[in-house]
Amino acid sequence: MLELRNVSFNVDDDKGQKEIIRDLSLKIDDGKFVVVTGPNGGGKSTLAKIIAGIETPTSGQILFNGKDITHMSITDRANAGISYAFQQPVRFKGIRVIDLLRIAAKTRLSVAEACKYLSEVGLCARDYIEREVNASLSGGELKRIEIATVLARGTQLSLFDEPEAGIDLWSFKNLISVFEHMRETINGSIIIISHQERILDIADEIVVLADGKIVKHGTKDEILPTILGTSAATVSCSVFDKGGNR
Amino acid sequence: MIDEIQKRILEEVADLHEVPIGAYNIRANSKMAARNTTANIDIVSKEDGSGIDVKIKPGTKNESVHIPVVISKTGIKEVVYNDFFIGEDSDVVIVAGCGIHNCGNQDSQHDGVHRFYVGKNAHVKYVEKHYGEGDGTGKRILNPGTEVYMEEGSSMEMEMVQIKGVDSTVRDTKAELAAGASLVVRERLMTHGDQSAVSIYKVQLNGEGSSADVVSRSVARDNSYQKFDAKIDGNAACSGHSECDAIIMDNAKILAVPQLQANNIDAALIHEAAIGKIAGEQLTKLMTLGLTEAEAEEQIINGFLK
Repeated sequence: MLELRNVSFNVDDDKGQKEIIRDLSLKIDDGKFVVVTGPNGGGKSTLAKIIAGIETPTSGQILFNGKDITHMSITDRANAGISYAFQQPVRFKGIRVIDLLRIAAKTRLSVAEACKYLSEVGLCARDYIEREVNASLSGGELKRIEIATVLARGTQLSLFDEPEAGIDLWSFKNLISVFEHMRETINGSIIIISHQERILDIADEIVVLADGKIVKHGTKDEILPTILGTSAATVSCSVFDKGGNR
Repeated sequence: MIDEIQKRILEEVADLHEVPIGAYNIRANSKMAARNTTANIDIVSKEDGSGIDVKIKPGTKNESVHIPVVISKTGIKEVVYNDFFIGEDSDVVIVAGCGIHNCGNQDSQHDGVHRFYVGKNAHVKYVEKHYGEGDGTGKRILNPGTEVYMEEGSSMEMEMVQIKGVDSTVRDTKAELAAGASLVVRERLMTHGDQSAVSIYKVQLNGEGSSADVVSRSVARDNSYQKFDAKIDGNAACSGHSECDAIIMDNAKILAVPQLQANNIDAALIHEAAIGKIAGEQLTKLMTLGLTEAEAEEQIINGFLK
């Protein structure tokens, strides 16, 4: 189980300190499929980075399976069972897709095993396995490979930052089935940051994050009707009005 | 004739575990240690003893020539001239390489000048690896000179690798290409400690339809110094591309001097040069896959130099 207790995260900007995450507390139970949504700039990606250990909270505590991991390194968290798919995947000159999958799986995957992960994200595996993870791949291709590295890890907690970003509409359908499949087969919990209704629709729980705070958290049936029809922008406006009036 | 140290160096520079198949000439401590010729490939020592001539008959296909050089004594300084005459329509692999094991306190130096005369429509793959080891205070110095003369329709791929242990290198490569000839160079270089490596390329695209693609990838660590100096002259309707892509680490210094000169309106020439440290997000990504920062760095460098 993942638990965030009173987590805040500030950054320095021109006007002094800016709060990105404000006193946020959240519990993610094992086996749950949780979608975090909300307006742009609301702190979603920062929250993901704090969970993965890329950013350290200014204050508050993070517990994973009851253990305090607030000051644990990225590497140690990864090995403790947290995976994180970047919103903007990183390119590597000279590192092939199969190399990256082998690093992720921590074992010398056979080509057939590696292909299985690529097929799951809708890539015709044999065309990709030997290719370098470099600028010759499109944004959508890189994104799928990024998701495949998380699948290959198969950890207790998998975190995806806007998996739909950069993927075309046609491929998006496949992506939904990737997550549906993952939901059925994975033993751990999944946190997805997303704006997509189709992804929200397969969630167990939905968290709405705006202005660095959780404004809604509940089951899909409770939350989804309240945000459907209201675009993310509407949520954003109401929240920012609140922020502005404060 | 070849001892254990020399065997190991041969493995490093020529991937040779045993005596190679095909034609070969192994030079150890300034003397010929072994030689084999085939029906199509002849190797003869130059009369003045300054090196060898390798003669490949026209139409020779799928044969290889290995000419590794091993120096395991301290204080050896030698200049060697090796000439390759590659017959028309042949398709061969040439593996050169020089390894120095220097445990002594005197410098060991091998300056090898290789000249290639590539006949019409011939194809050559040339692999050259450099390697140094030994904990003596004497320096390990390698200065390879390469001259390539390419006739019409010929092609040559050159793979130059220097990953470890050479204190000082000046690599000087010149090429002249006739119509339709194509040259591809892939250089991989890593320097560390106080090493210095200079790579100079001068390519003359003289014939219509000739092309050159010179790509160097390098990593400079510690206090080492690298210079990449590539000039491509387009003297006809031709295409040329040079690229220097370098990772800088620690207190290293890297100088990239790409130059293009178009002497013909139909010459299409491009150069790219990029120097930078390992991107933080690359390290972060690999760390989220469970690698330590040092392991991530190693993976990135290994991939980059592959």
